[in-house]
Amino acid sequence: MNASEARLRIGFIPLADAAALIIAVDKGFAAAEGLDIELVREVSWSNVRDKLNIGLFDAAHMLAPVAIASSLGIGHVKVPIVAPFGLGVNGNAITVSPALYAAIAAAADGSIVDPMVSARALARVVAKRKVRGEEPLTFGMTFPFSTHNYHLRFWMAAGGVDPDEDVRLVVLPPPYMVDSLANGHVDGFCVGAPWNSVAVDLGVGFILHFVSEILLRAAEKVLAMRERWAQEHPDTLLRLVRAHGRAAAFIEEEANRDEVAAILAAPDRIGVASEVIRRTLDGRMKIAPDGTVRVNDRYLLVGRKGAARPDPAQAAWLYAQMVRWGQAPLSAEMLAAAKGVFRPDLYDAAIVTSEPTVSGEPADGIGAFAGPSFDPNTVAAHLDSWIIRRA
Amino acid sequence: MALEACPPRMQSSLKIVIVDENPIRAAILEDGLREAGHVHVVRVDEMSHLLARIYTIDPDVILIDLENPSRDVLEQMFQVSRAVKRPVAMFVDQSDTASIEAAVDAGVSAYIVGGLQKERIKNILDLCISRFNSFARLRDELERTRTALEERKVIDRAKGILMKARNLSEEAAYVLLRKTAMNENKKIAEVAQSVVTAAELLR
Repeated sequence: MNASEARLRIGFIPLADAAALIIAVDKGFAAAEGLDIELVREVSWSNVRDKLNIGLFDAAHMLAPVAIASSLGIGHVKVPIVAPFGLGVNGNAITVSPALYAAIAAAADGSIVDPMVSARALARVVAKRKVRGEEPLTFGMTFPFSTHNYHLRFWMAAGGVDPDEDVRLVVLPPPYMVDSLANGHVDGFCVGAPWNSVAVDLGVGFILHFVSEILLRAAEKVLAMRERWAQEHPDTLLRLVRAHGRAAAFIEEEANRDEVAAILAAPDRIGVASEVIRRTLDGRMKIAPDGTVRVNDRYLLVGRKGAARPDPAQAAWLYAQMVRWGQAPLSAEMLAAAKGVFRPDLYDAAIVTSEPTVSGEPADGIGAFAGPSFDPNTVAAHLDSWIIRRA
Repeated sequence: MALEACPPRMQSSLKIVIVDENPIRAAILEDGLREAGHVHVVRVDEMSHLLARIYTIDPDVILIDLENPSRDVLEQMFQVSRAVKRPVAMFVDQSDTASIEAAVDAGVSAYIVGGLQKERIKNILDLCISRFNSFARLRDELERTRTALEERKVIDRAKGILMKARNLSEEAAYVLLRKTAMNENKKIAEVAQSVVTAAELLR
């Protein structure tokens, strides 16, 4: 073992889906693999991306679309990234202000638990505001190349709302989301845990949807590293993935949840009340200030249901969203490069699973609430099926 | 700062925005830019409605510190949007990784609006890097001075306690502290702190 290889610097953003990384380090799974990891808490995805790109970080907790955009060279310098481990599937939620929640509920022709009903109701609210000459609604999301951006767009466009024409989408750093909702800078947002719960607890927001209600499986964050680093450190990479696999299994064991939540809650990790993190891991979320709880065991998947094994179909879906919203051109090369970011082969090399094949999951690996099922081999045809799109 | 003493200043019509919540660092950077002849420098320290503010100012160059979560907000300017009058690019050039590394290391990032000449931007970025590094050095020095002062105070108190309790001269008290520190492989200030704590407990 090369001693210099065993020391790693890994960047993360304080969010619940950094759990596998934080537990791998703080519970000693990384040390057991001979890895000495320094976790560096960051304040922006731009910083995480840049520090990974120039080698200040060996690996990072990264938005899956940022890893893809970086590999394709869109929006920034082209640096090929690989993702051998999925840190989380799902985990986001759409939260709206009490006023918008009431308006959507009033305009709905059914139960707004159904995302198609809520999206159509949003379209009616938007149309009414337009007639009255009111300012368009504003929604916050975390980054141009973010799942949050694509999830919001996917949901509202299915109901007939054009996310570029009918509303405003603005980037907001997650720690500013709740304040922005409270002071009316935004009418809603899509963000990961714990921020939706913080808004509900403060009484300034209602969780309208878990993203798992919009897409049954949505790759969220990945463990990312430069392709070149991965090639130069094959052994370290496998040990790192293995440590993450053990950490994810530990997190998903219900008996460990209190301990996990307490570790993640530490001020130098995520820095929120452990009870809020526990809710997230359990998928038992308070969705309204009056205490209403919605339970969904798919809310955030860390390792369960095959969530940690990167699925190239997910990468293709994210690339399709970039094309749909005009961020990237459509080409066979780019599609192949996007799929190539997600590396189940590296996962399989590190983690030998004895569990049977995961069953009961959507056949296309996505399970969207609207539109045709997704086929990574026919992205152009898939995009043609949408009325609202930029490309 | 003797502005009159500066050599004939290079005239610059570039409008530069500094986004930094640290007023001292922002001031240091603004001074540097003004000395270099940039007269249109605007400081933004309020992060709400950041993009709207920036569109109103309509700058050529935006400088932001990396401790600022609002960096992600600026990334939105890359996106196709009617709100942006001119194209925005980050100061990134595949061939110039040294500059990027130096900037990230110093903790600053630059965004460029419109098609500016690379050389003019390079000068501004270099200036940013050097000012950010000076600020970091200043902060380190200040921290070191503060620590040294506090240590000095504790050592003086410990010396006083030892002089009184053991009837020692000031020098002998210091020698005792130093010897104990060496034996226990500790810093003198740490031993002094133990003496002070013990004295307080025994009082």
